Amino acid sequence: MQEHTHSHDEMPHAPPAQDEKIHSYYQVLGLALKELLIEKKIITPAEIRQAIEFRDSITPATGAKIVARAWTDHAYKQRLLANGTEAIKEFGLDMGATELVVVENTPAVHHVIVCTLCSCYPRAVLGLPPSWYKSREYRARAVREPRAVLREFGTVIPESVELRVHDSTADMRYLVLPMRPEGTGKLTEQQLAALVTRDSMIGVSLPKSA
Amino acid sequence: MRGPHDLGGLPAGPVDTSPHDMTFWEKQIDALNALLSQKGLRRVDENRRYIETLGHDAYNSLSYYERWTAALARQLIDKGVFTQDEVDAKVAEIRARLGGDAA
Amino acid sequence: MTQFNPGDRVRVREDFPPGHIRTPVYVRGKTGVVKRKFGVFPNPELLAIGRDGMPAKALYEVRFRQKDLWPDYSGSGADTLDIDIYEHWLAKL
Repeated sequence: MQEHTHSHDEMPHAPPAQDEKIHSYYQVLGLALKELLIEKKIITPAEIRQAIEFRDSITPATGAKIVARAWTDHAYKQRLLANGTEAIKEFGLDMGATELVVVENTPAVHHVIVCTLCSCYPRAVLGLPPSWYKSREYRARAVREPRAVLREFGTVIPESVELRVHDSTADMRYLVLPMRPEGTGKLTEQQLAALVTRDSMIGVSLPKSA
Repeated sequence: MRGPHDLGGLPAGPVDTSPHDMTFWEKQIDALNALLSQKGLRRVDENRRYIETLGHDAYNSLSYYERWTAALARQLIDKGVFTQDEVDAKVAEIRARLGGDAA
Repeated sequence: MTQFNPGDRVRVREDFPPGHIRTPVYVRGKTGVVKRKFGVFPNPELLAIGRDGMPAKALYEVRFRQKDLWPDYSGSGADTLDIDIYEHWLAKL
């Protein structure tokens, strides 16, 4: 991927790689915008490359580290729940124009995140959203039949637990703090982070068991 | 009364939970949007408005980043960054370069 | 503009003005409870048309019972939905 990225951006007129055919008008339009922005010196190929590298550098592993810290450091967890935007700065992360709200799963409440209007997602801590998060099916149904949607992810939340859906419509981005799996008392923070999946931080699944 | 983007509660099929790796084209579009926002030439709220006014047919038939591309093109033309004529000429140039690969 | 406090019962406006609106149709006309105030943010309806978003609007987290949103809701009666709504879309009950 790295090779691919460089060859594209250093030679903006290079044809797309063999494995990536450009088909639709809109795909050509996207390339046209890129080339016009470069020709007009509004954006440089290096900036595009750096922006892609920055996006690639933030993955669900970033969020997993935050969750593992909250699981092992009570004071950090309190800071994270009180003000997520400030607390993730301790990991060098910046929410930009948005704010981070962390919601904690407990034995009584399970949280699920959706954006019915577009694709609001805590990109600063999880990277880019998965396809299903942006899909019509998830956006339409997560608010109306969240338990059925969770079952499609293999997740069954007992009826005795309140399921709370968060529809992110405004300036807040949501991150679920899953419950620490049982039997993980002896694991290190790093070992715990390996149990935290992307989907468990969106709330459609639970962390891996130890 | 309900825009094409306002999906909450509508009937829809099962969620396709399978992973899809982002293509390089998609990553480039994402990067252009991020950079233009940083430079003050693109605003997320305006981008959403342009996407919402694509109409139901376009909204439902275009992929996620195709919608972003359509919205970004309109936003940059409306802001005077370049003209539709310049965009059309560049699209034609790229199609010629791509030959049979392009639509 | 009306200011709301946590615990206030509120009703979402059931209006359909044209333009860029961040209040989904499915909550319009529904009744919920204010859980917290997040602060004051530029109005996205104005940001969307190139303005500066002023006057800024207070943003509230409002909680709905799922059974109040969807009469045919199939899950637990305790299930809820939280959504962020700007002050001018809310009326106190």
